Amino acid sequence: MRQVAIVGAGMTRFGELWGSSLREMFVEAASGTLDDAGADHLDSIYVGCMSGGQFVGQEHLGPLMADYLGMAGVPATHVESACASGGVALRMAFMEVASGMCDLALAAGVEKMTDGADVTNVLATAADQELEVYYGVTFPGLYAMIARAHMEEHGTSEEDLAWVSVKNHRHGALNEKAQFRREITLEQVMSSSMVSEPLRLLHCSPVSDGAAAALLCPLDQAKKYTDRPVEILGSGLATDSLALAQRANPADLGAVRKSADRAYHMAGLEPGDIDVAEVHDCFSISEICCLEALGFAEQGKGGSAARDGRTAIGGDIPVNTSGGLKSKGHPVGATGIAQAIEIFRQLRGEAGERQVDAARIGLTQNMGGSGASSVVHIFKGV
Amino acid sequence: MPSPRYTREIPSRYRLEAARCNGCEGVVFPPRRICPDCRGTEFDPVNLSRKGRVVTSTVIHVPPADFLMEAPYAMAVIETPEGARLMTQVVDCDPSSVVPGTEVSLEFRLIRREDHGGILCYGHKAVPAT
Amino acid sequence: MAGIVGYGAYIPRKRIKTEEIARQWGKDPEAIRRGLLLEEKSVPGFDEDTITISVAASRAALDRAGTSASDLGAVYIGSESHPYAVKPSGTVVAEALGAGPDVHIADFEFACKAGTEAMFVALGLVESGRVEYALAVGADTSQGAPNDALEFSASAGGAAFIFGDRDLLVDVVDTYNYTSDTADFWRREGEFYPRHGGRFTGEPAYFKHVLGASRGILEKTGLTASDFRYAVFHMPNGKFPLSAGKQLGFTEEQLKTGWVVPTMGNTYSGSSPTGLAAIFDEAEAGDLILLTSFGSGAGSDSFVLKATERLPEARDLAPTVRSMLDGPHEYVSYGEYAMFREKIIVND
Repeated sequence: MRQVAIVGAGMTRFGELWGSSLREMFVEAASGTLDDAGADHLDSIYVGCMSGGQFVGQEHLGPLMADYLGMAGVPATHVESACASGGVALRMAFMEVASGMCDLALAAGVEKMTDGADVTNVLATAADQELEVYYGVTFPGLYAMIARAHMEEHGTSEEDLAWVSVKNHRHGALNEKAQFRREITLEQVMSSSMVSEPLRLLHCSPVSDGAAAALLCPLDQAKKYTDRPVEILGSGLATDSLALAQRANPADLGAVRKSADRAYHMAGLEPGDIDVAEVHDCFSISEICCLEALGFAEQGKGGSAARDGRTAIGGDIPVNTSGGLKSKGHPVGATGIAQAIEIFRQLRGEAGERQVDAARIGLTQNMGGSGASSVVHIFKGV
Repeated sequence: MPSPRYTREIPSRYRLEAARCNGCEGVVFPPRRICPDCRGTEFDPVNLSRKGRVVTSTVIHVPPADFLMEAPYAMAVIETPEGARLMTQVVDCDPSSVVPGTEVSLEFRLIRREDHGGILCYGHKAVPAT
Repeated sequence: MAGIVGYGAYIPRKRIKTEEIARQWGKDPEAIRRGLLLEEKSVPGFDEDTITISVAASRAALDRAGTSASDLGAVYIGSESHPYAVKPSGTVVAEALGAGPDVHIADFEFACKAGTEAMFVALGLVESGRVEYALAVGADTSQGAPNDALEFSASAGGAAFIFGDRDLLVDVVDTYNYTSDTADFWRREGEFYPRHGGRFTGEPAYFKHVLGASRGILEKTGLTASDFRYAVFHMPNGKFPLSAGKQLGFTEEQLKTGWVVPTMGNTYSGSSPTGLAAIFDEAEAGDLILLTSFGSGAGSDSFVLKATERLPEARDLAPTVRSMLDGPHEYVSYGEYAMFREKIIVND
């Protein structure tokens, strides 16, 4: 297997992009990436998108996006793994380049959520239709049950959840691409309206539009495109049952743990080696559970990390310096790529006010559904 | 929901038909071809008893469109004495009284009415035991 | 000789008080309570209907009968509020219980006497020997128009009876039917609420048929009121059944066990059947019971029943009517009641 690097990146702003369609957002991010790297062709395109079909009635995204990028003819594949679609698209591009099957692959993600579809219903397709959605559960409902199980088992509090949102907004306020560029207070989180007990509105990531893209090539060709490539050291993907009821312990995200173990193993690294991480905080509780599964906190102790400042810029493991899904926004299919872009910038020293000092090794973790799929990548600044 | 899909689900939704794996004794609900724990393919039928215990729960305040009139309602992961787990609403109680450990019985209820004169979909919901 | 081998009932747990409905319409609750002898009534949840009520009552009946659902040769559901206009309630109930596929299923309707209709046919089928066991259910989630007298009484609930020809809990001594074409209460296709003839629903409708059937069966059997331990009549409100009973020579003592309407309301096809279940919860071997239903349109079915020594043993195998009436329940406001009864308009 060849060594693979990211040599260029580009993304739209995340937010309610009323003026941009699904394909327009893709083109903005993808062409920005090609310009960033000075590339004029592609060997392969991967489009991560949870549901072009249900949000805007559009499937068959591979050829559509290739065409709109001016690259009709290029092999292009739509990748879907619910909210992990972007991360899995990155993995597909990585594998194609690593295997030697191509030399220049675009890993992109895009989602158009504000064109009038019933977002709650579409997102619920990532849950088990027969066993969960049939009875009236929502996405926040599933994570609320995970939260309650975690609170019951480990004593995590609602305030612990709120600190995650506060921390991520503090980071997002410094990110010009973020949907919400303002800080919020603990009181604002704790008094926001209840969505599904114990999760309140400000514990939940928003509905967003956006696109993001990254360009991958073999490490030994990276010089053609940039002086500061970022190598992908490891990639791990794992699955778990969709239905929360079928998992042994609702508070334990087994797929995250397995995907992390596989990535660490491939990279030959441990949690302590990671300098900065982007972690899937679709709801505050998910950041807490993922910290534990990624090995950044002991089992059950993830709740105090944000409160104690461990995961802030300047803390011992800065998490979601981009603002996370909560503050940056969560256009579902784009998130996994946007996470990779934040780490790309951090490891090249380009993160401006969000820069983590001497960041050399970074990690992204992108999750689908209520934890049924998880993909982890580990990066090194070269 | 289209009738063919609904009709296939009747044995598990109406009668709580499950399957016990001959290999690892685990109870799978609803029944499957392949045991998720040991990959066995030999099963014996078992009907779940209509009772259980709450494993974890929530109260949904922002419901999906189909459940608009019922919010807020409690939902829970429930474990039956056979060791099977299922997710359903918990009703006929103050939703905030549903917590991990609450004992429940399972009752036959109308789960949803399909839009535009579609079919009525039934199943089981949980009610706190007294 | 055929009779009842199992019985069960189900009453939803929500209630609304007479005062709350009176308050909504600016009426004097005391006057309503005195006039109709109604305290409160059961309200079905959004997830309850004639089918779910029938399943709950039937499961209880099977528990008391000790038979398996696969032994049922017929499943009959009598109701005025079948969930579908076209598609039987009985098929859902049968599948939920585990009956069939070799089972005869039919839905019955005749306003409030659809339950006893189902019972009459189930009895006849078992007596003929064509099936071994037949299940008959009377259940309803009846609807009362806003600011109408019926809104105080129309409630939800039902009872199920399994008929067989051996190991009877209750013998059926005799039956009598009394029917005429009397348009006292009706609902045309497509209308949401039923309509009624006001005072015409009293003497020319309810009393004519209830007394006609009851007197008919007393004459046919040669029995008088004093031979009975219990009597139960259809209960459209608290007053009518007491008046009918009195006119037939029954005492309050004989009427009080089956008189469940003050705290349950009128469950239409479930009304006298649920009162009958309440009597079965108490009756002892040898007790004679008179049941006379009434369905608008109009007609009455009378049964003379006799408890056997097996009845007391089966009683505790399922919840009693009193335990459901007096057990845990929650009171709802008129607004919640309107929502549960689908009186609040929403887009499709």
